Amino acid sequence: MNEFVAPEIDWAVLSPVLVVLAAGVVGVLVEAFVPARARRVVQLVLTLGALAGSLVAVALLWDRVLTDGLAFVVDGTVLLTPFTLGIQAVVALLALLGVLVVADRTSTGQDAFAPTAAAVPGTAYEDAARQAGLQQTEIYPLMLFATGGMLLFPATDNLIVLFIALEVLSLPLYVLCATARRRRLLSQEAAFKYFLLGSFASALMLFGIALVYGATATVSLELAVSRLANPDSPVLTMMPDLVIAAVLLISVGLLFKIGAAPFHTWTPDVYQGAPTPITAFMAACVKAAAIGAMVRVLFTLAAGLDEPLRRDLETGLWVVAILTMLVGTAAGAVQTDVKRMLAYSSIAHAGFLLVAMVGLDEVGAQAVLFYVLAYGLATLGAFAVVTLVREQDADGVVLGEATHLSQWAGLGRRSPLLATAFSLFLLSMAGIPLTAGFLAKFGAFSAAVEAGAWPLAVIGVLASIVAVFFYVRLIVLMVLTPPVEETADDGVTPAGAVAADGTPDDGFRDGEGVEDGPEPARTGTLTAARALAGRAAVVVVASQGPTAVAITVCAVGVVLLGIVPAAVLDWTTQAAAFRPFGP
Amino acid sequence: MELTNYLYLSVVLFALGATTVLLRRNTIVVFMGIELMLNATNLALVTFARMHGDVTGQVLAFFVMVVAAAEVVVGLAIIVTIFRARRSASVDDVNLLKS
Repeated sequence: MNEFVAPEIDWAVLSPVLVVLAAGVVGVLVEAFVPARARRVVQLVLTLGALAGSLVAVALLWDRVLTDGLAFVVDGTVLLTPFTLGIQAVVALLALLGVLVVADRTSTGQDAFAPTAAAVPGTAYEDAARQAGLQQTEIYPLMLFATGGMLLFPATDNLIVLFIALEVLSLPLYVLCATARRRRLLSQEAAFKYFLLGSFASALMLFGIALVYGATATVSLELAVSRLANPDSPVLTMMPDLVIAAVLLISVGLLFKIGAAPFHTWTPDVYQGAPTPITAFMAACVKAAAIGAMVRVLFTLAAGLDEPLRRDLETGLWVVAILTMLVGTAAGAVQTDVKRMLAYSSIAHAGFLLVAMVGLDEVGAQAVLFYVLAYGLATLGAFAVVTLVREQDADGVVLGEATHLSQWAGLGRRSPLLATAFSLFLLSMAGIPLTAGFLAKFGAFSAAVEAGAWPLAVIGVLASIVAVFFYVRLIVLMVLTPPVEETADDGVTPAGAVAADGTPDDGFRDGEGVEDGPEPARTGTLTAARALAGRAAVVVVASQGPTAVAITVCAVGVVLLGIVPAAVLDWTTQAAAFRPFGP
Repeated sequence: MELTNYLYLSVVLFALGATTVLLRRNTIVVFMGIELMLNATNLALVTFARMHGDVTGQVLAFFVMVVAAAEVVVGLAIIVTIFRARRSASVDDVNLLKS
């Protein structure tokens, strides 16, 4: 009989992922055993500690992986290359900043999350929960689990693990999307759309994985590729054409996660509806992790495909990249909601990332790594700024975020520092020189030109120019346009405003209003669909500290990467020395 | 019986599931469509495992079951929350975010 042989596991290789996931499990226990009063602090310390620990683990592994070219556990179930480690470092860093934004309660003393997400919006139960001062500290373990999935996603050669990592990454995010304190209906709707489309995409990807397994009798990507490259291998005689369908289906799953057209439709809705700190976390980290996985899968596959198939793959990438850039910039230019605008901008950035990797070579990988860092810092910072610009009703009660673009007019006079930081992030996204975004785009387009894809680079540059238009429009609005007249005292209460929006009144009204009669939302748990553009005053709330730190770090990062990028460019070049796993 | 027949069946089931997701309006039914897709994949995996004579496919099927269970938990929670807030389980009614 076969005897069980315990596999030898190199725990050091697992450490970046393991630290985060273990802390997530401990976080769940904290929820059960630590008294409610102390939970938030304990969770915060645990979460920040785990993410910092993960960064340290990556740093400790760096030299070893760089020397050996790769490190792996049990046949590449977890596989670290320098590029993977680079992506893990970026994800852990951005997640750390994301947690800071999530933790901030601002000067209003409330975080961005519902006291109990299970309560029906606008009910007495919700009120009671709010008045009892409940808070949902489960946010932090959920973020840790999602981050763990993101760290694992690009770090595996095994398609089973790839799928599991995708789900570990996605499921907590679906829940997190539904937990907003304000505009809860939108938040739940975002979670619902994200969930249905996300699980549809992962089901497609799973079928692709099944087809790879069917065609090659293995779930190891490298092994599958080496069998594909060798047409004499016995399993392949069965059905070689399965591979094309498989590659297509797996690509759909990955493209969905990075938000590339035509699989982008969820992005604006989810980014708009989710609590803004979660949007910041999601926009920055998921994109980094998913593009890392995409580089890993497509680069490995491309190495094994024969010339015509490889060319087909590149053509596919071309089409998707062009479509993504066009959709992102064209739709972004006509948005009136700042979160939606940033969402379309993130779609456009997915397109630029695809342009960078279209050559499927090391230059592309290097450009991708630098790009996700530059993009992540700018996006996270921008959404962090959005969390601080709020609406205020006639009684001076701070409500949800003022997301309508017209509400941002004159922000530069209200809060010059915040407006400066936001302008900086927008300029970086636009790719203006002396910011990180410029070098990132330069790297991406020159990688494409080097790979002979100069038409793509030209389209990319054109799309960037169009994008400059809508970024600069917002900056002009903030700096040069005077603030709109504050019309909050025209007697329209939030509840009335909702009714005016044509939203059914039943159960949709502001929760607090139900109990206190004429007095409008004391805590501003507005369940209304939209921002009260023009009907509420805009106010900039002060950060308690963490968000300010995150914004500062992002701003400094964006500037430093733009002015003295040498160290980081060296680092990405080292990391991109992409060596395939196996013989 | 020819093993490939199981593959045809799994492809048909998968396509049925995908069509359900795309065409049906009731959230619960849409959700069932996704589950059908996952289970069709399981059938394909198990058939491939049998064809190749190794157990990787069967192991993968177990993982898929676990993931599907977790997905049901999260998915039903979200669907029930939406239903309680809006008294509707139709995909078409979830449209506040349309710009």
